Amino acid sequence: MSTTTIPAGTKWWAGGKSPFNASYGKVMMWYFLMSDAFTFGAFLISYGTIRFSVNHWADPNQVFNAFPFAGHANLPLAFVSLMTFILIFSSVTMVLAVHEGHKMNRKGVEKYMILTIIGGIAFLACQAWEWTHMITGDHKVLVDGVIEEWGTTVTKNPWGVPVPPETLTQMGLSATEHVNTPGPIAFGGYFFGITGFHGFHVLSGVVINIIMYIKTKLGHFDQRGHYEMIEKAGLYWHFVDLVWVFVFLCFYLV
Amino acid sequence: MSANTTSPEVTFQPEHTGGTKRIWKIFWVLSALTIVELGLGYFLYGMGNSIGYMTIISTKIVIGLLTLAKAYYIVSVFMHLGDEVRNLIMTIVVPLILFVWFIIAFLADGESWKKLRNTNAGSTPDVTEKVAPAAVNPGDKK
Repeated sequence: MSTTTIPAGTKWWAGGKSPFNASYGKVMMWYFLMSDAFTFGAFLISYGTIRFSVNHWADPNQVFNAFPFAGHANLPLAFVSLMTFILIFSSVTMVLAVHEGHKMNRKGVEKYMILTIIGGIAFLACQAWEWTHMITGDHKVLVDGVIEEWGTTVTKNPWGVPVPPETLTQMGLSATEHVNTPGPIAFGGYFFGITGFHGFHVLSGVVINIIMYIKTKLGHFDQRGHYEMIEKAGLYWHFVDLVWVFVFLCFYLV
Repeated sequence: MSANTTSPEVTFQPEHTGGTKRIWKIFWVLSALTIVELGLGYFLYGMGNSIGYMTIISTKIVIGLLTLAKAYYIVSVFMHLGDEVRNLIMTIVVPLILFVWFIIAFLADGESWKKLRNTNAGSTPDVTEKVAPAAVNPGDKK
């Protein structure tokens, strides 16, 4: 927690000092994050536009209902909640690392950076599993009167309008079977595109955090007299968590 | 911390006092908000088609507002933007207001696009409108 006592009547724009009371690097990190927010925002709004423009969109509770080692158990939202909590928790360890940096406590920074890196890798592992599960999945799709088994890719979307039970019984299938018609192919493109772009941010965040960990370990920040680099890496890492909050909302919850 | 002489641009050094209490409090707030979101998500899943269109839409809007609350806490506390001077806060937050217009304009555009496609650009009646729960006529299949 930081509290700053700034004298009343301070002339911020009269020259001689930065009106933002922050270092150049930190202000530029904020501007970068703002531009990145517009990039992600544009992706998500484009996704929303396409989703609003079709009559049926994939039901997230049907698409994302798997959990590692749980076989074909129907567990909607479960795995992605785990991923969300991993990312929130790694955000907490990151802010604790920044906190230790303010106190110039090298050991503390090292400990929390390691925990943050582990959190990031755990998230990436979860995403790798989820992508593999979706691409190699075999969901039944009714294509031209024939049942095919499709995975979700950027060219195939097996999550269109569900086939009614009467049709299934006519075809000699069990009425409780989950069979869909092909859906708009935009689904795979948006899902893999946006979660992939986010996952790439997580990957680069992990790499940045590893570099910061090594620099902490080598004592570079002690020599410099401050741990502001940890703060800037922290801003990026929290931004990754922030974006996930919106990806989670747009793809999995609504 | 007197050791914290970060750069010449910082005129007023922030005092980094206090413990980690606030951080953990925000962690619990974020977790609680996520759990409420999940609860509403499961509510939508469990209810399926037995609830009306307006209930579904309002639940989704509530989930969206909870997400905005989470975003506020992450930016304000974890990213310490709330502790910065007003000038820095405004230079970041004010441009983001453009999103309000983006969302309204583009989602409305998607909605209009759907209508044009379903009606052959307005030349035929909208067949899908009968699917809407409010307007099911007896004899209409689906």
